[in-house]
Amino acid sequence: MLEISNLEVVYNDVILVLRGLSIPVPDGEVVALLGSNGAGKTTTARAVTGLLGVHEGDVTKGSITWKGQDITHAPPASIVKSGISQVMEGRRCFGELTVDENLATGAFTNRANQKESYDRVMELFPRLAERRDQLAGYMSGGEQQMLAIGRALMSGPELLIMDEPSLGLAPLLVQQVRDVIKEINATGTSILLIEQNAMMALSIANTGYIMENGKIVMDGDAQKLLADDDVKEFYLGLHGNDEDDEDAGRKSFKDVKHYKRKKKWAS
Amino acid sequence: MLFFAQATALATFTGAITRAIALGCIYAVVALGFVIVFKATQVLNFAHGGIAMAGALFMSIMVNDAGFPFLPFGNPFVNGEDRPGVMVWILLLAIAMAITAGLAMVLERVAIRPMVGQPLFSLAIITLGIEVAISAFNRDAVNTPNARSLEFPWGTNFWEILGANVNHSYLVAVLAAAFSFGVVFFFYRSRLGVAMRAVAFDQEAAMAQGINVGRVFQIAWAIGGALACLGAVVYSMAPFGPQGAVSSDLHPVLAFRALPVIILGGLDSVTGALIGGLVIGSAEVLAGQYLSGYTSFLGVGYQAIVPYVIMLGVLLVRPYGLFGTPEIRRV
Repeated sequence: MLEISNLEVVYNDVILVLRGLSIPVPDGEVVALLGSNGAGKTTTARAVTGLLGVHEGDVTKGSITWKGQDITHAPPASIVKSGISQVMEGRRCFGELTVDENLATGAFTNRANQKESYDRVMELFPRLAERRDQLAGYMSGGEQQMLAIGRALMSGPELLIMDEPSLGLAPLLVQQVRDVIKEINATGTSILLIEQNAMMALSIANTGYIMENGKIVMDGDAQKLLADDDVKEFYLGLHGNDEDDEDAGRKSFKDVKHYKRKKKWAS
Repeated sequence: MLFFAQATALATFTGAITRAIALGCIYAVVALGFVIVFKATQVLNFAHGGIAMAGALFMSIMVNDAGFPFLPFGNPFVNGEDRPGVMVWILLLAIAMAITAGLAMVLERVAIRPMVGQPLFSLAIITLGIEVAISAFNRDAVNTPNARSLEFPWGTNFWEILGANVNHSYLVAVLAAAFSFGVVFFFYRSRLGVAMRAVAFDQEAAMAQGINVGRVFQIAWAIGGALACLGAVVYSMAPFGPQGAVSSDLHPVLAFRALPVIILGGLDSVTGALIGGLVIGSAEVLAGQYLSGYTSFLGVGYQAIVPYVIMLGVLLVRPYGLFGTPEIRRV
């Protein structure tokens, strides 16, 4: 179980990005983390995997515990070894390496079970098996996303953090990624799914968290969030369907302001 | 003597081309160490020449002053009384390369690692500082009264091929290059080598896979140091500049002749180091051979600037080298 509690992250000693963020990820569950650009979703992923240092960021308050151990300031290599791996935003495949070599880098900390992990990835993504000797840089976006997910699975993770796996993919491929996530979760791997595509994320998640300006502004059961009118309005981009509402198209700016006030009060 | 004066055109050509290939191979070895460090760490290592010369000095200290404690010269591999035999000499070279690799690792740990994440320009300047410090050590070591001979077992022996004298050292130079590029080729396909290429491509993504970037840097520097030592030792062989001994002539050549090679081939390309080395080596030797009739017009020692002329030409047409990654890197 991953427990992020009251986390505060600062970039360059001045820019406060996370302001007291708390998210638990229970074993075997899919937790969706939603929010608009700049809310701090990717920063959360970096904080958990120890990559804040690369971006001059630092955890100034709060803690991250994984399986009862504090990993707040642990180096990335030991975090990967302990069973957390990440599918990075924008795929970040090693373009000059072949598919097989990319997968080998994923198994860097998991030499003992490299063969089993490799077979499992090949079973999950038959497409990769066809292209194992091809340079990753020459593959399509969808294939690269498959490779990025496969690479993250090579370390045999117990928790997989996925940062916008549907970014820039065609709707059909988003569907495919969704199925893959479900399949990975079915084998017992818990998943922290960071997404802008709230519909897709909430449709497979157990719990959902909505972030804004470095804080959780709403959380709850994924199905309930999907049904919530405010979530629909502001995060799913669906308009209210009240039949008795005269201008059902859009809420006015006043309502938006009211909504923000209400949120602040509630959090 | 008369025969030599009227050497056939074919003999001249054979002599020049074999010498050109040998020199090219030596330049390629020196450049390869430089390229490996740059590719993995993005650091332009100006201390490469200094490290290389220090490596040659380690070698000379072992074969010359002290011998090596466990390998007295009077053992079965030895051909002379006070000279190491081929097998022992190669073993000593391996030890010298290991020591130089260790030196490079220490330099990386002490001077480069604390600066990771700082602008690459600062790192390049730091390597320049290391260069100055090492050259001071090198100068002092060279200035001892003993000649810093490297005791090459093949000395100045040569074969006569098509009327030309082809030194044994030419073959050694080619073998050294074949060995270096072979090792790098296989290393890049090993687990650690794949990790190194991953780090070179995207450091953050490599860290996210659990690859310890600091360790990869250290290994890159170690390989760079070992290759620097090998390059400096083979460059010291008889027909080339230093005539079989480590001298202060060695240093500027190693420090600055590798530059046109890597700029020609591309800073981050292993193939480029090989092709660049061969082109620059050939250009230097062939220009020295065939333009020597125009010395009154070109001046003495003009062949030394030929590599830089080529470098300038390549920079104008392909700023990232013939095989380099076409990407703007400010260093």
